[in-house]
Amino acid sequence: MAHKIEVKNLYKIFGTHPEKALGLLKEGRTKDEILNKTGQGVGVADVSFHVDEGEILVIMGLSGSGKSTLVRCLNRLIEPSYGHILLEGKDVTKLNKEELRILRQTRFGMVFQHFALFPRRTVIKNVEYGLEIQKVDQAERQERAQAALEQVGLKGWENSYPSQLSGGMQQRVGLARALALDPDIMLMDEAFSALDPLIRRDMQDELLKLQEKMHKTIIFISHDLDEALKLGDRIILMKDGYIVQEGTAEEILTNPATRYVEKFVEDVDISKVLTAETIMKNPIEIASYAHDGPKAALWKMNQAGISSIFVQHKGRLEGIVTAEGAAAALKNGEKDLAGIVIRDIHKVSPETPANDLFPILAENSTPVAVVDKEERLLGVIVKGSLLAALSEGALGNGTS
Amino acid sequence: MEHLRIPIGKTIELTIDFITEHFSFATKAFADVTETGISFLVDTMMFFPPWVLIFIFAAIAFFLSRRKSIAAFTVLGLALIWNMGLWAPTVSTIALVLISTLIAMLIGLPLGILSALNSTAYRIIMPILDVMQTMPAFVYLIPAIPFFGLGPVGAIFSTVIFSMPPAIRLTCLGIKQVPVELVEAADSFGSTRSQKLFKLQLPMATPTIMAGINQTIMLALSMVVIAAMIGAKGLGGEVWKAIQRLEPDKGFEAGIAIVIVAIILDRIMQKAGAGQKTA
Repeated sequence: MAHKIEVKNLYKIFGTHPEKALGLLKEGRTKDEILNKTGQGVGVADVSFHVDEGEILVIMGLSGSGKSTLVRCLNRLIEPSYGHILLEGKDVTKLNKEELRILRQTRFGMVFQHFALFPRRTVIKNVEYGLEIQKVDQAERQERAQAALEQVGLKGWENSYPSQLSGGMQQRVGLARALALDPDIMLMDEAFSALDPLIRRDMQDELLKLQEKMHKTIIFISHDLDEALKLGDRIILMKDGYIVQEGTAEEILTNPATRYVEKFVEDVDISKVLTAETIMKNPIEIASYAHDGPKAALWKMNQAGISSIFVQHKGRLEGIVTAEGAAAALKNGEKDLAGIVIRDIHKVSPETPANDLFPILAENSTPVAVVDKEERLLGVIVKGSLLAALSEGALGNGTS
Repeated sequence: MEHLRIPIGKTIELTIDFITEHFSFATKAFADVTETGISFLVDTMMFFPPWVLIFIFAAIAFFLSRRKSIAAFTVLGLALIWNMGLWAPTVSTIALVLISTLIAMLIGLPLGILSALNSTAYRIIMPILDVMQTMPAFVYLIPAIPFFGLGPVGAIFSTVIFSMPPAIRLTCLGIKQVPVELVEAADSFGSTRSQKLFKLQLPMATPTIMAGINQTIMLALSMVVIAAMIGAKGLGGEVWKAIQRLEPDKGFEAGIAIVIVAIILDRIMQKAGAGQKTA
């Protein structure tokens, strides 16, 4: 399937002689060197990525990393210097002024960090703005603006002025203003960064809830890793205008590509992000309830060097047998595992966060089983593997 | 040194001569229009008995400023002027100020918008304004005489030139002060240049533009007084007469009348500008 947006080798160089900077960039010079040498500021350097329909892509980086410049290049609020932006295969960089205006009116909705509401217009007039400039008639305009306001939970505030609203509410107006046009792409530039943490979390939840219904293609700029992890289907990390890593939250956390990403990642409480699925190991050996007796189970444990073994029955996890149990059963001459299998064991789903695994592992001496909805055994977690995963994640701290 | 002198003054003189000779149609048209404007305005105002006009002014003052105190001051101040026997020159001064301001705004607003939106225009216009604002006011009286002769039209010409810079500057400033993020927001929704100007930039710039109009009015008032030297009638004419005849009583009375008019115009415009801001 073709990508919704595909960005190819995009550069933005601020200054009068971008070609000079481009040459130096290709020689591998840094942003600072180029600025000193040529006076040209590198905003975005050789950036390529894609966004799929209905996806939330978070572009993350510290200030000065070029993320805000990049998002403005997409609707050409900032004119890219080189490269291509394909929107459903059509090159946005080749549009003339009029085509670009139409594109902005119909395809892109933008939400700004500091809300950028028009202070002398009421809330509803703000939301109507995009429709007003498309010369939609008054009645329809009002109806659509009203619907957008209700969507973000601001019914009853139509005739207030932005200055009378709290920050969170102002950004809801900003969101409604973009939604009123029903664009298929939302560009959100640090949309929640100016809000205090509690409100920010609410807005993130709200956005995810809206997204379930709307299925917009969202490009979300953020400097906050927690936000990126929460919202992003995929995350792009930028530094000095370059993309340093691209991937899902987990890929970035568990396998940071560079020291920069590690530094970024080190502040995150890794145990919140790691899930049972990432920590679990494949079970080395499994005993079969139907075929294996105590002797076979004991032999398998011996072979694998483990002190307990999970027992499967018809594809489902039946329970666990310990070495002591199996040895005792063997002495008593029992032929199957029915008498010694412990059925009351802890099972967790693959999505369980590592945080929740600590108490379970502390209570039990046996490993924890990770099972899917059909109770099939997917993997096992022992204390050692959890600690190893955490220290791997924390390794970034030690080495940087 | 005499023969090495750079002929700056000479060039300007020749330019003025050239304009007088070849652009008389333009100066004539300007003279006709402003003269009609002045006499219409003065005739209209003089048509009412002074007390009626005083209450009309007070009503306008109240309507624009929403302040009873300003309306009351207008009534008392104008009544005092009437009492001093300076009603006719005051009316003519107000007419000159209003017409000069109107013309200054008609030219200044578009130039202000242009210099805000176009950096080349900005680089050309701003130094000219600097020169215009540092040039002694009297100098503007000189070209007025060859262009329009003695009288109110020449006075208005000089006044317009003298009072226009703040209108241009503050219009430009008001537009440039609109936060970048708001302009970006307007752009991101696909506004045309004129939609951006009329729906965002001008409304946002209104308080600053009003401050510019206020300054223009104040400068116009001061220039209209000076322009008495080239035959503008009005309160300035009274002062000028008093100087020539050594009549301090008349001179100070006219001076007080000028102050009263200045205060009324200033307060009305200030409140009108501030009122816009909170709306």
